[in-house]
Amino acid sequence: MKILVVLEHDQQQLRSGSLSAIGFANDLARQTGGEVLCLVLGDAGDPLAEQAAQFAPVLAASSPLLADPLADRHAHVIADVAGNRQVDLVVAASSTYSRDVVSRAGGLLGGAMASDIVSHSWIDGRLEMKRPMYAGAILATVVLQSSPQVVTVRPSAYPAAEPLATAGEITPLVVDDASLPSHASYDRLESKPSHRPDVTEASVVVSGGRAIRNSDDFERLVGGLADCLGGATGSSRALVDAGITPNELQVGQTGKIVSPDLYLALGISGAVQHLAGMKNSKRIVAINSDPDAPIFEVADYGLVADIYEVVPDLTSKLACDET
Amino acid sequence: MKILVPTKRVPDTDQKIRLRDDRRGIDIEHLPFVINPFDAIALEEAIRIGEQQDSVEVLAVGIGTELYETELRTALAMGADRALLVEVPDYSDAHAGLDSWNVACLLREIAHREEPDLILMGKQAVDDDASQAAQFLAALLNWPQATFASTIEIQPEGARVARETDSGIETIQIGLPAVISTDLRLNEPRYASLPSILKSRKKPIERISLADLDVPLEPRIKILNMEAVSAHRSCQFADNVEQLVEFLERDREQEEE
Repeated sequence: MKILVVLEHDQQQLRSGSLSAIGFANDLARQTGGEVLCLVLGDAGDPLAEQAAQFAPVLAASSPLLADPLADRHAHVIADVAGNRQVDLVVAASSTYSRDVVSRAGGLLGGAMASDIVSHSWIDGRLEMKRPMYAGAILATVVLQSSPQVVTVRPSAYPAAEPLATAGEITPLVVDDASLPSHASYDRLESKPSHRPDVTEASVVVSGGRAIRNSDDFERLVGGLADCLGGATGSSRALVDAGITPNELQVGQTGKIVSPDLYLALGISGAVQHLAGMKNSKRIVAINSDPDAPIFEVADYGLVADIYEVVPDLTSKLACDET
Repeated sequence: MKILVPTKRVPDTDQKIRLRDDRRGIDIEHLPFVINPFDAIALEEAIRIGEQQDSVEVLAVGIGTELYETELRTALAMGADRALLVEVPDYSDAHAGLDSWNVACLLREIAHREEPDLILMGKQAVDDDASQAAQFLAALLNWPQATFASTIEIQPEGARVARETDSGIETIQIGLPAVISTDLRLNEPRYASLPSILKSRKKPIERISLADLDVPLEPRIKILNMEAVSAHRSCQFADNVEQLVEFLERDREQEEE
């Protein structure tokens, strides 16, 4: 099986999710006796391709027109490469980038696409995959029925690829700028700079919910505990809707899916949509003043209390233990 | 300006989802259905664009059995000008599901016939959570796309869209016609008022059959099996902060061993 992995990056670093996508691809290539090729799109050039080549051979498509992650151009290149090189499977990590760009490429390639898979097996020459549906209440086993196939993998479900003994070959891909669509132009990205790890990559995530009254309190209670544990902050939808937290912190069915070693839910009631984003965490701790809050049903440890009263205490006790 | 809003009928998100005995689909008996919440946001946005500009026509489209009429009536009551039902047989059996690819192929044909300036639809349907149909459709039409929109500004020559991404809010400019998919924070859909519900009952729902459209349905994804996932854990309650800290300490010690 010939597998093309579309890598995602921020111009400087590959995203860690992409390493899980390569991990999935390498694993499948071993099982099927196939080969893996990574595709780096952008204008950042060699350093990114070199990072990727630690894990697999790389095709580096570089052009100023690919600098911004515009779906029409990126999808065009992905579909072109997949077609020209007779790729059987296009893989990417599940993210907003892949949902935007790789899904469009999937449309150009005939629509055989499975999103957000969490496991797979190679049975009788057929790739069977499991993917969550209905906010994670159902796990469906699916197969795709035409070729090429396009798959996005949930990063938390797959370990990162191991580096190769000798780095893979880097092949530059000549991009015909004139052939690229130009329906769209990129304006800007507004993101709140944060000193904390990304919520999808951290081993500890502290999340706040409706009980938090304003952004100062979020920073003090949720941020304070996260910093004490060296973790990331997350948020329920309620706080994002209320403008208290930025949307990139949202954990849930329509936000980010996380599975850290430790997830602390502070003042989160536990709507099904939120649970879909965190229920696979290794340890779940919930603090909520309502003993009947559904979050306790998925938690390992619970404390029925007002977070405003107990979180500062918890933070200081845990911080004491650190030293 | 003509805005086409495809709407999917999905189980109400507050309901508990149960599997059918044959595990090929979910048990839909007694399950209340609604317009996919993200599609309702798309519909609301289209109606608001119509309220701000002259000569905007909002066309709501449903693909399914006559059961879809209920949701299309809701769309009319909210303020859509027209409603179109693409009549397809009952595909609730997962083995022959109407997948994102089929939906995109059908919508492409509708777009060719209706020639909208804009297709607004939800970023994902909350049943299969695929997040593919809008992107497939944009690819098939070779139109620009702006997915996960949190603000949409219609301009004379195009649209400026702020998108919710993993790394923050990204703003792009696209030409029209285009496909825009809507995220949660774009707006809060209105409830239809009683008078508008009554009025909508008099509006016709246009129908078009699969045979008229002449689009072959060739599903790309096949569901072999479904399993229910339980997230339940037995929670050990701490009496106070000290005890909670003890629990966490105990875990850490066990891990170190």
